Amino acid sequence: MSQTLNLTLKIWRQEGPNAKGSFESYQANNIPDDASFLEMLDIVNESLIENNQVPIEFPHDCREGICGTCGVMINGRAHGQEIGTATCQLHMRKFNDGDTIVIEPWRAAAFPVVKDLVVDRSPLDKIVEAGGYITAPTGSAPDANEMPIPKDVAESSMDAAACIGCGACVAACPNSAGQLFTSAKLWHLNSLPQGQAERYKRTEEMVETMEQYFGSCTNHGECKEACPKEISLDFIAEMNKDYMKSKVKNRKKAGQK
Amino acid sequence: MLLNSKVPTGPMAEKWEKHKFDIKLVNPANKRKFKIIVVGTGLAGASASATLAELGYNVSAFTFHDSPRRAHSIAAQGGINAAKNYQNDGDSVHRLFYDTVKGGDYRSREANVHRLAEVSVNIIDQAASQGVPFAREYGGLLANRSFGGAQVSRTFYARGQTGQQLLLGAYQQMMRQVHEGKVTLHTQTEMLDLVTKDGEACGIICRDLITGEITSHSAHAVVLATGGYGNVFYLSTNAMACNTTAAWRAHRKGAYFANPSYTQIHPTCIPASDEFQSKLTLMSESLRNDGRIWVPRSKDETRSAGSIPEAERYYYLEEKYPAFGNLVPRDVASRNAKTVVDAGHGVGPLKNGVYLDFADAIKRDGRDAIEGRYGNLFDMYERITGEDPYSVPMRIYPASHYTMGGLWVDYNLMTTIPGLYAAGEANFSDHGANRLGASALMQGLADGYFVLPYTIGDSLAPKLGSDPVPTDDPVFKEATADVEDRLTRFLAIGGSRSPEYFHRELGKIVWENIGMARNRSGLEKAISEITALREEYWQDVRILGNNESLNQSLEKAGRVADFFELGELMARDALDRNESCGGHFREESQTDEGEALRDDENYSHVSAWEWNGIDTPQTKHKEELAFEEVPLTQRSYK
Repeated sequence: MSQTLNLTLKIWRQEGPNAKGSFESYQANNIPDDASFLEMLDIVNESLIENNQVPIEFPHDCREGICGTCGVMINGRAHGQEIGTATCQLHMRKFNDGDTIVIEPWRAAAFPVVKDLVVDRSPLDKIVEAGGYITAPTGSAPDANEMPIPKDVAESSMDAAACIGCGACVAACPNSAGQLFTSAKLWHLNSLPQGQAERYKRTEEMVETMEQYFGSCTNHGECKEACPKEISLDFIAEMNKDYMKSKVKNRKKAGQK
Repeated sequence: MLLNSKVPTGPMAEKWEKHKFDIKLVNPANKRKFKIIVVGTGLAGASASATLAELGYNVSAFTFHDSPRRAHSIAAQGGINAAKNYQNDGDSVHRLFYDTVKGGDYRSREANVHRLAEVSVNIIDQAASQGVPFAREYGGLLANRSFGGAQVSRTFYARGQTGQQLLLGAYQQMMRQVHEGKVTLHTQTEMLDLVTKDGEACGIICRDLITGEITSHSAHAVVLATGGYGNVFYLSTNAMACNTTAAWRAHRKGAYFANPSYTQIHPTCIPASDEFQSKLTLMSESLRNDGRIWVPRSKDETRSAGSIPEAERYYYLEEKYPAFGNLVPRDVASRNAKTVVDAGHGVGPLKNGVYLDFADAIKRDGRDAIEGRYGNLFDMYERITGEDPYSVPMRIYPASHYTMGGLWVDYNLMTTIPGLYAAGEANFSDHGANRLGASALMQGLADGYFVLPYTIGDSLAPKLGSDPVPTDDPVFKEATADVEDRLTRFLAIGGSRSPEYFHRELGKIVWENIGMARNRSGLEKAISEITALREEYWQDVRILGNNESLNQSLEKAGRVADFFELGELMARDALDRNESCGGHFREESQTDEGEALRDDENYSHVSAWEWNGIDTPQTKHKEELAFEEVPLTQRSYK
């Protein structure tokens, strides 16, 4: 049978982007340990509403670790202490009765707070918009089996494509760098035969857009620790390599301006 | 109004070709003179936005998410069907068409389904060329797996994240058009009403979820790709924000709502554990390829699964349906799970599940092979339940997952409001009374990439030279005032219960009475209970906070209000359809063996409901279904 927990929560409350925020303390009592972390927040919110207090805004949607909407700092760690786990998949059985839990929004200059625990992550879309695609207009495709792709190449691409775009990598980084996110999208496309035609142009445009918003990478590796999909740091090395090649010579060889 | 499906004449296999030739086109240079609104950025919406923009149209895309990539298509796990016949196992367009009509229990429109099967092959080509990392064999060619309701292997997949990868493909194509300036993207913007002028769709009213600002948007055509209404059950596999509001607001403005009682209860979800539970998690149907479903033969079984001997296990699907076994269609698998659990054979602490057991598969293929196929699903299961499915069987139970019903559309995907289109799960057309696994991704992308971009020209061509209705027109002012009034009203009620509470209570009524089995008295009870709860809602809901900043309670308030009205219509539709078909099982209409019994003489039609105001039940209109190619038979998976 499931146990229940009594917890003290210190939660960041902030009314809007320009308002001054602060930590507020809440008691969360009789939380079933089968509940997910977000269900625990649901229970807290229901009791706040019951007491006529404005509920806490927190980001969430699919609650199965794939949409990338959720994500908060839990005791200073993006998505909490469990490796490879998004906030929505973290369950209360991982906490102990009597714990104090500090809950904050993602911390990064590129992700300003919208309200309480919700931040604006639109710079991630800007990076994709800059070149995170293969130009393949509808209707122009050849038969899918005309281009065999070795299984390990497809698997490696998929390892990178598994990124859910939650932004934990940025939040965990002491520099608020966006390298893990950007390199994952680049490797997803750059490693595939279909992605070669635009490889270097894509790399330059995405990297340079990234640098408009995010800090520099100094290889701390905090991003990978926080990533709910355990995206590899190797992709960052590949991105740097492609960026260098592009700047030096290869883009000209590839016929790109 | 007479429902004209506009299905082209001629042989089934030639209808789509012929139609593409017969409908009006907008020439390439003129496409830039048209503006199209696309609401929703899931598979159907993102693919439609990208393709329409590529053709030259000016597209405005709307999503209530903070990024288009978060639409719930992202969560689809198992795969996407296509009649490629790469496995050389006898698949063809005709077989996919046939399987889909049969799987839908003969309640879909044949011509639409045939078109879907035809374009299915193009979707795979399209996705592969975009860089969707589909699973491959060692030789580098695409891999397939099999899914329920089919005897061929035609499902393409990308690990257990097929929806994610296909959505990223469509999203990236759309972002390319954002970059080109052909798509204007509005994130965190929720459509709260449809605007019509002289009976035609001319725009939408939205709320900015961050600032609360109400904005008007006009266009020559509006496309709703806003998903299904599975969250009417409260507990479902849908994401928390999935809702029916966009479709329902269109319904209230004159779009007929078709077959609302056709809802799919997915057989393989993790059973509910307690009242606090906010959603149910799906375990992909692909697991049924290797997992064996069983319950203990004894109702008083207390031993752990592993120590129950083979002879005392009831593999009910394998015994009852030897030909399809664990791969029977979803409706059949779900209903059988309910039957054994209701009879007292359920497993788990609440006796509310059945086993999905991989012990034999692990013995046969090795743990590594099973991990390779389903590793991420097994991890997900363990995180949620705290149990290791490599050593103990999973526990599963059916949950609301998908809705076949939706806005009625003709062959062009246009609703009964001229200029208003519905694509993907939001429309009703292709799955009849039951959707086969791996067909939702196929349909969403078929509509968005390959159907709508052609058919929309038919209603646009005559509008060449006319501007969209300006947003200062009285029709926009009036709709804006209605939206603002409703928001103000919610904030002023000051009742005692949260929208979450009311949603949960509504879900209990719907699950109990309009779930896997339905009967007259239950449905009548549901109608009166839903009406009473809806009235209480408008008196007693408590919405705190304000309209001028992010307020998820206020967002939810409007969605729940619309679910009440939809739930009532679901019950009316289920009551009216006095037969069983697919996911709609009326206890009064079953065979001696307890299978769904159709009544083709009286119910071989689509029920499309017309809004008459809040206090008057909707009027039913019929679209008679003709079956030229697939003979109507009692479905059998034995």
